[in-house]
Amino acid sequence: MTLMISYNFLQAYWWIIISLLASLLVFLMFVQGGQSMIFSLPGNELQKTMLVNALGRKWEFTFTTLVTFGGAFFASFPLFYSTSFGGAYWVWIAILFSFIIQAIAYEYRSKPSNVLGRKTFDIFLFINGSLGPFLIGTAVATFFTGSQFSLNELNQVRWGTPWHGLEALLSARNLALGLAVLFLARTNGLLYIINTVDDTGLFERSHGKLAVNAISFLVFFLFFVIVLLLSEGFAYDRSTGAVTLEKFKYLHNLIRMPVVLVIFLTGVVSVLYGIGIALFRASRSAIWFTGSGTILAVMALFLIAGFNGTAFYPSTSDPESSLTIARASSSFFTLKTMMYVSFIVPFVVIYIWYAWRAMNRKKITGDEMQEGGHMY
Amino acid sequence: MFENVDLSLVNWSRAQFALTAIYHWLFVPLTLGLSFILAIMETVYVRTGDEEWKRMTKFWMTLFGINFAIGVATGLILEFEFGTNWSNYSWFVGDIFGAPLAIEGILAFFLESTFVAVMFFGWNKVSKKAHLVSTWLVAVGASLSALWILVANGWMQNPVGMVFNPETARNEMVNFWEVLFNEVSVTKFLHSISSGFLLGSMFVVSISAYYLLKNREILLAKRSILVAGIFGFLSSLLVVYTGDISARALASAQPVKFAAFEALYEGKEKAGLVAVGLLKESDRKIGEKAVNDFVFRIEIPGFLSVMTGGSTDTFVPGIIDLINGNPERGLLSVSEKMERGRKARDLLIEFKEARKSNDTEKAEGIAALFRDKKFNDEYFRYFGYASLNKPEDAIPGVKVAFYTFHVMVMLGMLFILEFFLAIVLLFRGTLRKNRWFLWLVLFSILLPYVAGELGWMLAEMGRQPWIIQDLMPVTTAVTNVNVGSVITTFILFAVLFTVLLIAEVSIMIRQIKIGPKH
Repeated sequence: MTLMISYNFLQAYWWIIISLLASLLVFLMFVQGGQSMIFSLPGNELQKTMLVNALGRKWEFTFTTLVTFGGAFFASFPLFYSTSFGGAYWVWIAILFSFIIQAIAYEYRSKPSNVLGRKTFDIFLFINGSLGPFLIGTAVATFFTGSQFSLNELNQVRWGTPWHGLEALLSARNLALGLAVLFLARTNGLLYIINTVDDTGLFERSHGKLAVNAISFLVFFLFFVIVLLLSEGFAYDRSTGAVTLEKFKYLHNLIRMPVVLVIFLTGVVSVLYGIGIALFRASRSAIWFTGSGTILAVMALFLIAGFNGTAFYPSTSDPESSLTIARASSSFFTLKTMMYVSFIVPFVVIYIWYAWRAMNRKKITGDEMQEGGHMY
Repeated sequence: MFENVDLSLVNWSRAQFALTAIYHWLFVPLTLGLSFILAIMETVYVRTGDEEWKRMTKFWMTLFGINFAIGVATGLILEFEFGTNWSNYSWFVGDIFGAPLAIEGILAFFLESTFVAVMFFGWNKVSKKAHLVSTWLVAVGASLSALWILVANGWMQNPVGMVFNPETARNEMVNFWEVLFNEVSVTKFLHSISSGFLLGSMFVVSISAYYLLKNREILLAKRSILVAGIFGFLSSLLVVYTGDISARALASAQPVKFAAFEALYEGKEKAGLVAVGLLKESDRKIGEKAVNDFVFRIEIPGFLSVMTGGSTDTFVPGIIDLINGNPERGLLSVSEKMERGRKARDLLIEFKEARKSNDTEKAEGIAALFRDKKFNDEYFRYFGYASLNKPEDAIPGVKVAFYTFHVMVMLGMLFILEFFLAIVLLFRGTLRKNRWFLWLVLFSILLPYVAGELGWMLAEMGRQPWIIQDLMPVTTAVTNVNVGSVITTFILFAVLFTVLLIAEVSIMIRQIKIGPKH
């Protein structure tokens, strides 16, 4: 049987997979959000140990999702990989740095003879927790605000500023998304702790911090979304390949793609509902609402960045160089091969779900922390 | 379109990649080997119910965890450095090269990271059998990730299964199975994982020897030596076998590298394999590069020919044949290859100009040529040569290749002997009496690390100037950022990795001194 699969379909399919991976990454950054409160959230050493161990049993999911996101982006849209990583060099290097120090911090912090001392490793966790989500959010904002670069006939990148990506930090819109992602990660981190740790003291402290983090998230998120919907966007014409600025482009995208609009609104409502039941009803399972809401909302943002004739990685200095999913994608053959590979993903999800449930069946308690098993 | 690049940028970018790769390979082989040893030990525990085996498994698992984290950290950087520092490369071959990296994430990393959490924290949370399965899956996941990254690396050494598309100015995959079952990738994978098994085994045997020397943990140490000694012995034999088939694969895919690691300048039949030798630069030259002569050598007669083609009559081309050409043997000279590469490159430029001037007919004609097998075999396969300045640029560092290869091989032979003796002495019950042997294996703990790193230096420095054999030299692959940025990040990475390595080693030594929990 030969399936009639078009190149356009495969490009869209892979953009959806990339969007899904990105949205899972943002949700899983609850680990980072929790880390960013390592000094402020726990009231004593035991609470800190519980916090770190609750997060530490999940850090590898976030890390692996980041690696897979990178790999999948490389395989499906290599021109983005070469353009953005090579061009916005410093932003990506800063992000990578913050993740190297995370990977070892959990394992080493409480081990004797760890040279740097527990405090240093906790600072590593704090840096990764704060900088990671913030910088990733800022970098993703450039999908909408654009960067200064040009590509030559061989598709080789030349970056327009000597700052190699750091200039993204000068835009209020980029910063707003960076901060929104950070505060969302912190909100999800608090809700995860509330869900996983069985400790009254830590619960009360987490609950107490929830309002300010959730409101901060909402302020930055709303600012970013409102400006986004009112601003110009980078539209391209499939037949001519020309990239032009279009007023209210992203608003148009939402209206032209009602499914995406529904996904977006469901996501936002779900996040708000989760925050609401956590704040007012002291719910312990709010993370599932804010978590799934995060996944839906982020996915919708990625979809309006790439679909409906939009350049997902625009160049402000040379619009013709802007990356669209059609231009940046791999060949038909590679996308098709990778589509077959992607059919394995449901099995991956099933065993992750099994492992997650098995490990979270019992809540983390102070007693467990003192039993002396493998501990962070 | 094809600009000259700053050589210092190329060198710093290479240095940064080499630094990350060298650090990464300090941790990966132990993960590969120790994970299987853990799985074997836990299997014995589950089958016998003997708590001592569980205690052993848990002890080695603690050391595994310390090493695992830092391996993961350095691996992340490697993946992204293809983009940050080799962006032209990433576009030129991303259509082929990206796929294995993505598959690695989907298939292997999730397996590894999901079950590593169950392995560490699941002792009281899942059933004995589920825990055992998790430990095995961690081991399988680790080796699977090695498979995919080596498929990617093997493809760089021997690019197959693709065709160049002038429209996008990149190579595009046309046959996934050719990429996956690339001879160089398969042999490289087997050689790399077996070297990891060997290293993990030596790690366990050495630390067990330390306990025996200290008269501590006698039962744990002996049982560990039993498992790791046998696993290590089998792995060391596998390392030699896979090394041999790897070399044979190289002889056809990368003949210059092959000749370089034997320092063979003049090709011949009945070529001997140098067992030991010392090189000295002579007055003879190829272009501007000096030829290395042997000060002395011990040779196994005819063996290199046998290794290459299965018979002493096989002609093994030397570096001079490969650079200057040897019409009798049907070998093109590098200047001829440069000529042909330039023809392919000029055609690409013509194609781009035709597209600009909307000369569709001409453009389509050239595009068809790039799909033509004959054109590919005769011209495009030498595309990278167009960027060389002189024929001798195609010669890698002969001394580096020669010494890394020979020291690696000698160490490999030593490991076989050590594992063999460990098993014999253990079964005879005289292991503790032969303290000299315990000291020997204790001091050998670092040698597999040396051998592994030398192997990678040979593989990567031995294929210079290519990032993709014959298609792209490192000079055209590099990202166009200012060299100052790369120097800065090199220093940052160097300091950070070194500090973390010191912490890792310090924690590891302390845990070994503390020993298993009672």
